[in-house]
Amino acid sequence: MRRFSASGLIWALAIILPVVSLLSMTLGTVSISLGELLGAASHQVGSNQVDTILFDIRLPRILLAIFVGAVLSSTGAVMQGLFRNPLADPSLIGVSSGASVGASLMIVSAGGLIQTGALLGLSLVAVGAFVGGFVATLLVYRLATSGIGTSVTTMLLAGIAIAALAGALNSLLSYFSDNDMLRQISLWQMGNLSGASWTKVTIMASVALLLMSLFPRDSRALNALLLGESEARHLGVDVQAVKRRLIILTALGVGVCVALAGLVGFVGLIIPHMVRLAIGPDHRWLIPASALAGATLLVVADTLARIVVVPAELPTGILTALLGAPFFVALLLQQRKEI
Amino acid sequence: MTMLADNISLHLSGFDLLRNVSIEIEAGKVTAIVGPNGAGKSSLLKVLTGEMEPTNGAVFLNQQPLHHWELEQKAQMLAVLPQHTLLNFPFTADEVVGLGRIPHQTGSAKDAQIVSEALELVDASYLQKRFYTQMSGGEKQRVQLARVLAQIWQPSALGEQFLVLDEPTSAFDLSHQKLTLDIVRNLASRGIAVVMVLHDLNLAARCADNLVVFNGGVIEASGSPEDVLTEPLIEKVFGVKVTVAQHPVTNRPLVIS
Repeated sequence: MRRFSASGLIWALAIILPVVSLLSMTLGTVSISLGELLGAASHQVGSNQVDTILFDIRLPRILLAIFVGAVLSSTGAVMQGLFRNPLADPSLIGVSSGASVGASLMIVSAGGLIQTGALLGLSLVAVGAFVGGFVATLLVYRLATSGIGTSVTTMLLAGIAIAALAGALNSLLSYFSDNDMLRQISLWQMGNLSGASWTKVTIMASVALLLMSLFPRDSRALNALLLGESEARHLGVDVQAVKRRLIILTALGVGVCVALAGLVGFVGLIIPHMVRLAIGPDHRWLIPASALAGATLLVVADTLARIVVVPAELPTGILTALLGAPFFVALLLQQRKEI
Repeated sequence: MTMLADNISLHLSGFDLLRNVSIEIEAGKVTAIVGPNGAGKSSLLKVLTGEMEPTNGAVFLNQQPLHHWELEQKAQMLAVLPQHTLLNFPFTADEVVGLGRIPHQTGSAKDAQIVSEALELVDASYLQKRFYTQMSGGEKQRVQLARVLAQIWQPSALGEQFLVLDEPTSAFDLSHQKLTLDIVRNLASRGIAVVMVLHDLNLAARCADNLVVFNGGVIEASGSPEDVLTEPLIEKVFGVKVTVAQHPVTNRPLVIS
């Protein structure tokens, strides 16, 4: 194993991300050259149609991808640290499975209201997903918390139990849905950024900024936690408070991601894992680097989702898994060789 | 009086782990705790370090009840080395020892200097950039020792400092056992109070000022190694017939089984 410099990786990603995003602006069903893009940006040339495509469709979608990717992978890094398990991901605390039930419930019960019903410009499905995710996390957290604190082992098991229960509820809801609802449910579960709007971007950006400003405070505590909980306490870390804070922030962050973009898999698991292999497990660098890498991966995946089957589009979640899974297998093979 | 356990009992899921234990840990002294498996040694350490609340009795740290100190203040005075640390993330030795500086705000340059000095002290400078996950058991244990040393490297304004070690030498070869005992003696001479659980009675006899013998959750005997390590006591506590002689060089008691 050889390490890359953490600040080097962060600088590299901070350059790659804007470049990739800029490229992504030019790609799509309608190709727009870099010149046209710059022209439209400075309002010198360009038609209304180009403006609409760039600033009402592509830009919010790219920004949404950036913030969703950043939140999913930074919370993934946090969960892997908290659970002391490099293969943990945010879905462990039940947020994804709960959100899935919430979304399905809305699709099935609200029926015709789906298109019209809205709250603050968000669909009922998004609201249902967020509420479902938060309720499930709360349940998992309560199950694992006793007088002596929260046990991460119990939490893992409770997460599995709640995920199984949610899976059953989901199947039940699918069983009672008609064809159209079924298609909506399964599309939602694939994860999709195509519904991006400026409202969604604003919400997602505020959540991402909140997380990014609060995580650094607990980075060293997470480092200490890798030694074990009692060791962390002996280093002066208020373990229970840190756990509660990080679980709430993760539930909030992932809950909003899932509500706005569906289940985008693999980003939260693979990105922090890969970044850790590259720069080591120090959370002071791991969290920001993961956020940048996750944002970059999701922009790339979503751009591919928009252009591989032009004029149609693929759900983004398919692309993240398609890109992520082989990478992960390669990593496993690499590790097997080193052992 | 610097660390005091006042008549503590620990009752856990129907078992009496500790019964009416009173113990005083003095600054500048090395206290060794010995006793058979399950005698309550680790339970005592857990109560002393605040990891477990005693069912009865109280623990005082520098004249204050233990829980009156804030966690960070406590960490500046009290460093604890557990028997095993399950760290399976690829930190380098540098980074692991650096974790010992978390309770302090001394700045990264000072911390880096302390980290490298602590690693040198435990003969682990060569491990500096190596990954913890790829080290041998003894190397890991030395890096962890360096971590707790780094935690109490500088005197604290809050009061006396304590180092609690749970079987620090279990993974060590002969030379590193000796090195550890030398480090411990050196810390004591700087005024730090050291408490350690040891299984090797001869190691305990060699370096402890105070020897505390635990049996069945109570203190069976305590005092200087010479007073405590007698043939009848060892037979009573461990159920093994031994001969206690005098070490030809150190004049300390030598237990021969």
